[in-house]
Amino acid sequence: MHAVKSAIVVFPGTNREHDAVAALRAAGGREPIMVWHRESEIPEVDLIVVPGGFSYGDYLRSGAMAAHSPIVRAIVERAKRGVAVIGICNGFQVLTEAGLLPGALMRNAGLKFVCRDVHLRVENAQTVFTAAYAQGQVIRAPVAHNDGNYFADAATLERLEGEGRVAFRYATPEGELSDGANPNGSARHIAGVFNATKTVLGLMPHPENASDPLHGGTDGLGLFQGLARALV
Amino acid sequence: MSEPEVTPALAREHGLTAEEYGRILTIMGRTPNRTELGIFSVMWSEHCSYKSSRKWLRTLPTTAPWVIQGPGENAGVIDIGDGDAAVFKIESHNHPSFIEPYQGAATGVGGILRDVFTMGARPIANLNALRFGDPGHPLTRHLVGGVVSGIGGYGNCMGIPTVAGECEFHASYNGNILVNAMTVGIARADRIFYARSSGPGNPIVYVGSKTGRDGIHGATMASAEFDDNSAEKRPTVQVGDPFTEKLLLEACLELMSSDAIVAIQDMGAAGLTSSSVEMAARGGLGTELDLDRVPRRETGMTAYEIMLSESQERMLLVLKPGREDFARAVFEKWELDFAVIGRVTETGNLVLKEGGRVVAEIPVQPLVDQAPLYDRPWVKTPERAALAAADVPAMATREALTRLLGAPDLASKRWIWEQYDHLVMGNTIVRPGGDAAVVRLPGGKGKKGLAVKTDCTPRYCFADPKRGGAQAVAECWRNLVATGSRPMAATDNLNFANPERPEIMGQLVGCIEGIAQACRALDFPIVSGNVSLYNETNGKGIHPTPVIGGVGLLDDVADAVSIAFEDAGEAIVLIGDTTGWLGCSLYLSALFGREDGAPPPVDLAAERCNGEFVRAAIKARHVTACHDVSNGGLLVALAEMALAGRLGASLEGPQGGVPAHGWWFGEDQARYLIATRAPGEVLALAAKAGVPARRIGTTTKAATLTGGGFEPISLAELSDAHEGWLPSYMARP
Repeated sequence: MHAVKSAIVVFPGTNREHDAVAALRAAGGREPIMVWHRESEIPEVDLIVVPGGFSYGDYLRSGAMAAHSPIVRAIVERAKRGVAVIGICNGFQVLTEAGLLPGALMRNAGLKFVCRDVHLRVENAQTVFTAAYAQGQVIRAPVAHNDGNYFADAATLERLEGEGRVAFRYATPEGELSDGANPNGSARHIAGVFNATKTVLGLMPHPENASDPLHGGTDGLGLFQGLARALV
Repeated sequence: MSEPEVTPALAREHGLTAEEYGRILTIMGRTPNRTELGIFSVMWSEHCSYKSSRKWLRTLPTTAPWVIQGPGENAGVIDIGDGDAAVFKIESHNHPSFIEPYQGAATGVGGILRDVFTMGARPIANLNALRFGDPGHPLTRHLVGGVVSGIGGYGNCMGIPTVAGECEFHASYNGNILVNAMTVGIARADRIFYARSSGPGNPIVYVGSKTGRDGIHGATMASAEFDDNSAEKRPTVQVGDPFTEKLLLEACLELMSSDAIVAIQDMGAAGLTSSSVEMAARGGLGTELDLDRVPRRETGMTAYEIMLSESQERMLLVLKPGREDFARAVFEKWELDFAVIGRVTETGNLVLKEGGRVVAEIPVQPLVDQAPLYDRPWVKTPERAALAAADVPAMATREALTRLLGAPDLASKRWIWEQYDHLVMGNTIVRPGGDAAVVRLPGGKGKKGLAVKTDCTPRYCFADPKRGGAQAVAECWRNLVATGSRPMAATDNLNFANPERPEIMGQLVGCIEGIAQACRALDFPIVSGNVSLYNETNGKGIHPTPVIGGVGLLDDVADAVSIAFEDAGEAIVLIGDTTGWLGCSLYLSALFGREDGAPPPVDLAAERCNGEFVRAAIKARHVTACHDVSNGGLLVALAEMALAGRLGASLEGPQGGVPAHGWWFGEDQARYLIATRAPGEVLALAAKAGVPARRIGTTTKAATLTGGGFEPISLAELSDAHEGWLPSYMARP
């Protein structure tokens, strides 16, 4: 049986690439291939990960400069061919800036960086990313970001909801939606979204930092295990 | 532009005394030019030369079989087994942070990170010890907000978790806040890089950001007290760029995995001057620099400005001959400036050239070795009488606890540490908010981890410097023990007021004496550190604040315990003696505005004995939660454990004839609270070890503190007080 092959894209300023490696290892995938941002080719893989960090210092706008690097053109190309792509935190910002995912991530409503555990309700468990979870299941994972306030116009939000493209919402441990459980003011409590074919996922929380019993929880590991199973 | 003529008056403007200037004339055998004067002034500043403290720093214990590198390098290094080494240091950025809190604090983090990765270590944890003025002071809120976001802004972007620290408030810091930042890194023990130049002819290389005019005289500013015009010093504060530093970190570590580097030092305080001079001095060699080749971002910079700039994110390297192209490729990959700017020489002189002309020439050894060393006059702080419990007003326990948990010094600092990415790298095992934090070593290789924490109780140090110094060490050591780790070594950040006043010098001498005594008794050597003096405004000094940053080793992070109660029905056992010592307590200061009395005695033999017992009990897996008892006393520690675990407790009343306020809020040292499922075994082992231990209660599912002879207190009410203060203070219009 072949184990999932993945590539992790590294920009100058990326800082959670090793966290993603650890989670993919724990999920039983092959050792991921690290791809430097200046490369214009991505090896043949089942999964491309755009990890968290501060690509190019996030100096223009989070993810904006990375979205114009050659490697992102290669990612877009590959995504169009149906290769699974996941963007976590800064990676989510990059994928929205690159047009692979709708919407934008604005400054947190509280105007401060926020690092804490949040609860996420699984909104669509019928995808390669979420297959290990049950519909409506509540999982716990941390967020760590300045700009995680998801925004899209009402029509886009309607379409995302109508097409089952909301992946996760911030919720209470009981699965209720409330402003108190929403760490950044995201529209409709959205924590992660899919593209139209549900082969690209962007999310602000860090499942990779909830993938080891010593992290205090392993709810995030399911995402990587689900991918490992679904993509072989 | 012609250089101004150097006169005794210009020397005075540079912070040099007449005697110091006379010494410069002797060393030079002529009148120095302005560039040379500037170089002497920064090298001989208090910040760089430790001229007031050096005599006393030498009395600190700095060695142990596991110490690889003690003070005198960029950071201290200890052996943590299996070929791994921990590299760490604490450093202050007090003066700049008061003037420009965001950039001051951010560049403080940047500076200490460079000190650690300069030695070949990958940073794995950041800590910070913060002290602000009275919360009611008009500047305090602005300073807290700026400092916290500056620390977060830098550390978060670097991708290094900020995991522990402390934050306290006191009016003595109204005009001089303290921002002490600590970094802990990991290296291979046989791959440590030093700042010791060697090999005449070897190329000297400049890497990192370009040089600008920022931060000129930062080290000198840090060596003088403030007055009403200090805000005008804003231009001397440097501006940080964490993105460039992240690239510099990765590029340096990449180059360090080769054999190209002979020596490396970061350009921190006093920039190119101190890095080039110190590397040459350690190697007993000379240095020749061609300033025309220094990458710069402004035009028309003079030699003086280039040498004194404190632009951030820069490093100076000595390479092996012929490895320039290899090294250049690494830095160009990371899009950083790389320039060969000089070479190592045998002359023993620092020679600076511009346009092929020598613009400065100073003998290196005297510049470093003949730096002034002062034995400043000092007076011992008068001893205070101990305060009897009867001299301290009693307050209803319920009210006292609620108010203490919501007092600025004890209130939850969640508002702060949630702005720090404390989880990046995926190795944070015990998170902020408890005693020490625990981080696992990176690389997914083993189970080992480090416990890290900073501590100091300045009101004790003010009342009795020696006892306060010893207590800071003991509390830090105790916090490391409370996670189950073995305390290994410490770094110290000595923050004091103007040492030219004998009573301040007496505080410094007393604190160092206490630190030395405790470090010796606990086998806890000081391997690096920093001294920050002149923390004083218009003649009003800060409380003496010798911050101790400690590192402990865990063989298996799965053995670590946190402060959170784990389950209902577990026995709560108090380790250590309780006499009800209320002198200098937080109970007294936070509830009654009094800071009188002597601080609690520090019995180092009991510290060691009790600590070793607790560590062994954790290792034997008898302990499910552990917390050291310090600021606020027993009931505060217990409430923190209950709040963290969301479990209540049913308590016994005061024992041994100690009055209620002394029992619950006294600050006797060498104490821990543990929760255990095996109380019989723990008590028997304690009796055998001669360690005072008594069961004081049981954890409960009901979220209330009951019994104890006081009105029941709900955790919800305590949580509101504890979690509410800082967010509502920061949100006030």
